[in-house]
Amino acid sequence: MSAAYLLRRLLLALPALFGISIVLFTVLALAPGDPFGDLATNPNVPPEVRLALRAKFGLDDPVWQRYIHWLMAMLRGDWGFSFVSRVDVDRLILQRLPSTIAVIGAAQIVAILVAVPVGVLAATRPYSLFDQIANSLAFIGFSLPTFFTGLLLILIFSVNLGWLPFVYNTDLKETGLAWWGAQFRQSVMPVMVLGLFQGASLVRFVRSSVLDVIRLDYVTTARSKGIGERRVITRHVVRNAMIPVVTLVALQLPAVFSGAIVTEQIFRVPGIGSLLIASILANDTPVVMAVSFVFAALVILFNLIADIIYGWLDPRIAYR
Amino acid sequence: MASTTAPKPKPPLSPTREAWRRFRKHRLAVVGLIVLALLVLAIIAGPTLWPVAIDDIDFAAQLKPPSWAHPFGTDDLGQDLLSRLIHGGRISLAVGLSAMAVSASVGITIGAIAGMARGWVDTALMWVTDLFLSLPQLPLLLLIIYLFREKLKALLGAEGGVFVLIVIVIGGLRWMPVARLVRAQFLSLREKEFVEAARALGASKFRLVVNHILPNALGPVIVAGTIDVAAAIIAESTLSFLGLGFPPDIPTWGRVLFDAKDYLDIAPTWALFPGAAIFLAVLSINFVGDGLRDALDPRRVH
Repeated sequence: MSAAYLLRRLLLALPALFGISIVLFTVLALAPGDPFGDLATNPNVPPEVRLALRAKFGLDDPVWQRYIHWLMAMLRGDWGFSFVSRVDVDRLILQRLPSTIAVIGAAQIVAILVAVPVGVLAATRPYSLFDQIANSLAFIGFSLPTFFTGLLLILIFSVNLGWLPFVYNTDLKETGLAWWGAQFRQSVMPVMVLGLFQGASLVRFVRSSVLDVIRLDYVTTARSKGIGERRVITRHVVRNAMIPVVTLVALQLPAVFSGAIVTEQIFRVPGIGSLLIASILANDTPVVMAVSFVFAALVILFNLIADIIYGWLDPRIAYR
Repeated sequence: MASTTAPKPKPPLSPTREAWRRFRKHRLAVVGLIVLALLVLAIIAGPTLWPVAIDDIDFAAQLKPPSWAHPFGTDDLGQDLLSRLIHGGRISLAVGLSAMAVSASVGITIGAIAGMARGWVDTALMWVTDLFLSLPQLPLLLLIIYLFREKLKALLGAEGGVFVLIVIVIGGLRWMPVARLVRAQFLSLREKEFVEAARALGASKFRLVVNHILPNALGPVIVAGTIDVAAAIIAESTLSFLGLGFPPDIPTWGRVLFDAKDYLDIAPTWALFPGAAIFLAVLSINFVGDGLRDALDPRRVH
């Protein structure tokens, strides 16, 4: 992989960020209501003060100037001040981001650990009993909405069996090994809800990708050289079959974020998803805008990472 | 000699019969179709068979488990859950179907324009499609609903405003797969001989698209549309579950689940029934979509 490939990918990510920022700004600009609505109806604020404020924040400028102003502020990390929490929005988000990334990351690992073996096994025995069961379970898995599986798990493991806590706690009192134990116990359900949902849709991709590769000539060659079936699958088939799966994992990320918002809300994980919901319910516009922007930026970032991994896995891509 | 004794070849089946024959082979799809038909029947005939008001408050029967008087139990106000779920199912399915109609029409229009125009129009439209594909859907959905809800409520009333908003937004964020499918189909179909023949006969561009190309491109679109119905139902329930969809007096399945989630320990059945309803509807629609793929999408047969 060359530096030119990296640079080209980076340059391609910029217009996407630009496009998403335009969409977000358009939504904001089209929205009814004046950000200074309270000031307009408040009799204690004289009209000239209001007009001065409007001029200061550039609300009477042409749209494109307001957009550039807003974009520059977003890129500088100047995201405004949360009306509700009384802190800067960027600090608020930075506090919440690690929990979200941890839950999403762990869920992705669970999804891959479940989907790859099951998908490969199903593809090596197409239309067998195992394949049919795996396929049906995958269908059930991605037809079960995350909010329902979350409630079901709480009902079974917290309410009925009492094994796991159903509220996520960031200030655990335990230390050392006990801290890890408690952290594990409280993360199991959110991670499983998200990971199994994600894994269920991945299984089908892995299966069809392996099926595409397994009939290629080089696999027959490998077999005819007398290499054991197991080694052919793990060394020759899976490595190449995983290349399209990497892209699919990245393309699925917007859906993962949707799932993360719901899971964080159910299990009260203090991440940026539950922050988004709380700010919407509290009419905290700067936080709502900034969190949406962060989600969009994360999607682009992970697409970029997927592109880079893709170029590394498949060197032919980089030289095209 | 052999040719005279050979059985007469069966007359070819019509495309619909052929598709139905292939659909029937997918056993789970047939089961899905039956479950879906039963659900739709229950939702249509339900209010006449079970004429209990959805807002009949009865404090003597709060949070009851299923009984003969209330087959699905009651909620915290003693309202009958069976009739609430029947009513909610109408809205959930209506949202799903309307959002699918929106996303399919937007997708077909954009895909058709991109496939016919090619050149820079195609490039620009596909860039927009890719951009929309990388938008984080739920955050954007929440953002738009947050910003526009009050305005539309004032314009169209609580129920109508939220319905229109949810349908347009869900539909408007899900057209991209359809657009890509239609474009790909158009690019290959427009070079086929039958289109060439129609063009040679002097058919206008519009007539080519509507009468010749589009009908042949519809198979994959129908499959994608079916799955979109399920996705829209999930999206609507998610919004309602987060407390940002329909107001409490409109008991969609997600909304009932949202109200039930704080009473899991006292009245688990309150949450189980709406959750199972969403799951059954989505699962059967997904299976029907899979069966339709076998039946309609010639590329996927293996």
